[in-house]
Amino acid sequence: MPPPVLEVRGLKKHFPVRTGLLGRGGVSVKAVDGVDFTIGAGETLGLIGESGCGKTTTSKLILLQEQPTEGAIAFEGKDLASLGGRDLMAYRKAVQVVFQDPFSSLSPRMRVADIVAEPLEIHTDLSRAAIRARVNEVLLLVGLQPDVAALFPHEFSGGQRQRIAIARALVTETRLIVLDEPVSALDVSVRAQIINQLEALQRTLGVSYLFIGHDLATVAHISHRIAVMYLGKIVETADSDALCTRPMHPYTQALFAAALPSHPDDRPADRVIAGEIPSALALPTGCRFHPRCPAAMPICSQVEPALKPREGGGEVACHLY
Amino acid sequence: MAPVLDVVDLQTHFHTFGGARVVKAVERVSFTLHEGETLGLVGESGSGKTTTCLSIVGLLPRGARIVGGRVLFDGDDLTRRSQRELRRIRGRQIAVILQDPMASLNPLFTIFRQVAEPAFFHQQMRGKTLKARVQHLLKAVRIPSPEWRMREYPHQMSGGMRQRIVGAIALAGGPRLVIADEPTTNLDVTIQAQYLDMLKDIQRDTGVALIFVTHNLGIVAKMCDRVAVMYAGRIVEQAPVRELFDAPKHPYTRALLGSVPKLGSKEPLYSIAGQPPNLASLPPGCAFHPRCPEALPRCASDEPGDFPQGDGSVARCWLVDHAAARA
Amino acid sequence: MAILAGDPPIVRPRTASRGRAMARAARRAPLAAIVILGGLTLVAIFADVLAPYDPTMPVQGADMFDPPVWMEGGKWSAPLGTDFQGRDILSRLIHGARVSLIVGIMGTLVAGGIGTALGILAGYVGGWMDQVIMRVTDAWLALPALVFAIFLAAMIGPSMWNIIIILGAVYWTRYARVVRGEVLTLREREFVKLAEIAGASRWRVIKRHILPNVMNTATVLASLTVGVVIIAEASLSFLGVGVPPPQPAWGLMLSEARPTLMAGQWWLTVFPGSCILLIVLATQLFGDWLRVKLDPQLRNL
Repeated sequence: MPPPVLEVRGLKKHFPVRTGLLGRGGVSVKAVDGVDFTIGAGETLGLIGESGCGKTTTSKLILLQEQPTEGAIAFEGKDLASLGGRDLMAYRKAVQVVFQDPFSSLSPRMRVADIVAEPLEIHTDLSRAAIRARVNEVLLLVGLQPDVAALFPHEFSGGQRQRIAIARALVTETRLIVLDEPVSALDVSVRAQIINQLEALQRTLGVSYLFIGHDLATVAHISHRIAVMYLGKIVETADSDALCTRPMHPYTQALFAAALPSHPDDRPADRVIAGEIPSALALPTGCRFHPRCPAAMPICSQVEPALKPREGGGEVACHLY
Repeated sequence: MAPVLDVVDLQTHFHTFGGARVVKAVERVSFTLHEGETLGLVGESGSGKTTTCLSIVGLLPRGARIVGGRVLFDGDDLTRRSQRELRRIRGRQIAVILQDPMASLNPLFTIFRQVAEPAFFHQQMRGKTLKARVQHLLKAVRIPSPEWRMREYPHQMSGGMRQRIVGAIALAGGPRLVIADEPTTNLDVTIQAQYLDMLKDIQRDTGVALIFVTHNLGIVAKMCDRVAVMYAGRIVEQAPVRELFDAPKHPYTRALLGSVPKLGSKEPLYSIAGQPPNLASLPPGCAFHPRCPEALPRCASDEPGDFPQGDGSVARCWLVDHAAARA
Repeated sequence: MAILAGDPPIVRPRTASRGRAMARAARRAPLAAIVILGGLTLVAIFADVLAPYDPTMPVQGADMFDPPVWMEGGKWSAPLGTDFQGRDILSRLIHGARVSLIVGIMGTLVAGGIGTALGILAGYVGGWMDQVIMRVTDAWLALPALVFAIFLAAMIGPSMWNIIIILGAVYWTRYARVVRGEVLTLREREFVKLAEIAGASRWRVIKRHILPNVMNTATVLASLTVGVVIIAEASLSFLGVGVPPPQPAWGLMLSEARPTLMAGQWWLTVFPGSCILLIVLATQLFGDWLRVKLDPQLRNL
């Protein structure tokens, strides 16, 4: 059994915020507070949550934009912390990202050919001709004509730019692409194109995805498994189908209840939760969700629930179970 | 009962590059809206939905002009009104809620001042009456503890609360019509649900007519009584909401419905071929025909008119004309 | 409804009618500015051929202080008059264009080069380098530009290249400030982050992502400061520490003609002064147009 492409154990990232006089009583924002998950080859893990849940910080940690305060990230079985310069570059070569905004993720003064070729230039010694050939290859893979390579980004629409971004993310035979809300900024009719394209690429190339999103329907569609985050912790994980059939954690249920209907006669269970997401500086005691939870019990404000297995190959952290 | 708003054959054009290029942003758009009714204006970027709303309230940007049609608000043609007269109507009779609450709120003024402003100017409220009104509005938009909240500033509130305050400002003048342009796009999912429920309750209580501009069909399903689907500046289909979802007549509507992922279903998504249209150079005939999977030869040369269907919907498509002709 | 998921089609991007857009842009270009600048550039390049006389030698057949040809006592042999040494004003103006343009452009390039480089280093590398560079910039800015230039000119001696370097050394600070600000914004843009995530070295990011995107701002700033540098050079010449005589420079002409202002030989000051005015006006207009043209938001109105 080959090791999973990515494995994250006990990942924590705390941002210190100096409060109080003389810097005493230092408080930190616990953006990510103990997160575990694995992503296998050719698999898509969906990460869903609202603002402040830590999904953006998690992606930054995976992309090495931030250093974890605690915990380990293992790539193909090898702990990143133990990797030296050359291996770290190999990691960067194998793990790429596609961001949300197609209008600022492509360098405006570079031609498409150069944009897509850049990872190759950084990581390989290929000749100019070999690079051009590979660039043409990935452009075709994402549904663009190779002759667009000579153009500049501003000549493309949003959906086309995301394709270019995907091409760039694939060019170095990537193993894992972190997709940070890749379709949220696109028109509705174009979203389907990109989602279909991503799914087709996964089938063809066997690349894994970490799909971060806020729209339940989109995330559920493209992901094999879904992890639900709330205030820095994962509260539930399950196979996509199992989660949609039976969401167990009250927060997951609230997300489903808040999801927009697909037909006027769809009446979701009325469990629209009250209140706002609490500040990360003043985390609730015990279970972080308990102030807003309709099923809160006395124990919920005292003891933080641990993750326990649930049906559909996942886990849920809730005292109800 | 007379409609609150009656838009007839509205046409708005943009003149850019010193008049050398004309973009027909809104082309023969017509719809009516009654008291207590919610109309969804659905479309993607470039469809003309925002320009339509700006045309209604007279807030078009530089270079844009209404070149045809009428906008009848309680029978009064707003296109004939001066900016001065429109200013009296805006905020009092017609209110607008925009997408970005931070852009709509002045960071330098307290919440009280901003919510009170419409009532202060349009209804000349003062003193205790004014304060009571502000508190009433903040309660209506479900802001907790309004008495001390109203002394705070926008930056002290969360995004969801700010959007609600924008809603309170919109309602402060006691409008007959509220135009909401994608107000929930930047909100978290659960906050969005709360906000939409709140809007629905307010509408039920006050009978205000609502135009909800969105690209999200889920919001349409939840909020709207009737829907107008826009494409390239035209309304391609207009129908009561149930009929739109159950029996969409226009291929674009069908394609949109098919391209949205449904919760719990892994069915492949329908992706519409091609790109959204370039309004400066539209193809002849039906604007959608290059991307239409069911296009007829006629579609490439003749622009279709509006064809009413039996169930209360109207579609601008040759296909439904054929169906009617065959029947 | 037979709609199935298909593979998305191979797409070509929209082709904008660039030719027409460019023609339209050309129509609104600042014709006057371009004509003036273009004309002066040609004059400067072909000065030796265009100037009727050697600017440093008195004209044969003309006296000192001859007025322009349309006034009483004027001669066609010296159409714009002669100066206190009998030298032809027209020829001196033509050769003076050379000095103004060369010093103006080269000085701006030196200032821009130094300032942009420091601005990028300060903005992108940040940390202590940012602090050091910014404090140096602040200190430099505290010195009055012209006084500083005079001081330097007195120290290292006047010559055309020395003046260019001095002016470059005096005026780099505005570039550093502006470019640093731009780089601070750019640094947070996603395409820069993407390059960093992909493992690009700092140098690579600067060369391929940061530098090309500050060039717009730097270019506009340059076109606007050419005027400032030209005036600075004219001021230096006026004060006698600019390009040394007998090489004519417009500022020097003004300086030499100072005593004659009250005496009534107006052509000795008005003509060089007008030339300075014209070239600065032209560069400002051009720079303004460039700024609007390069700013995507303002472009379409």
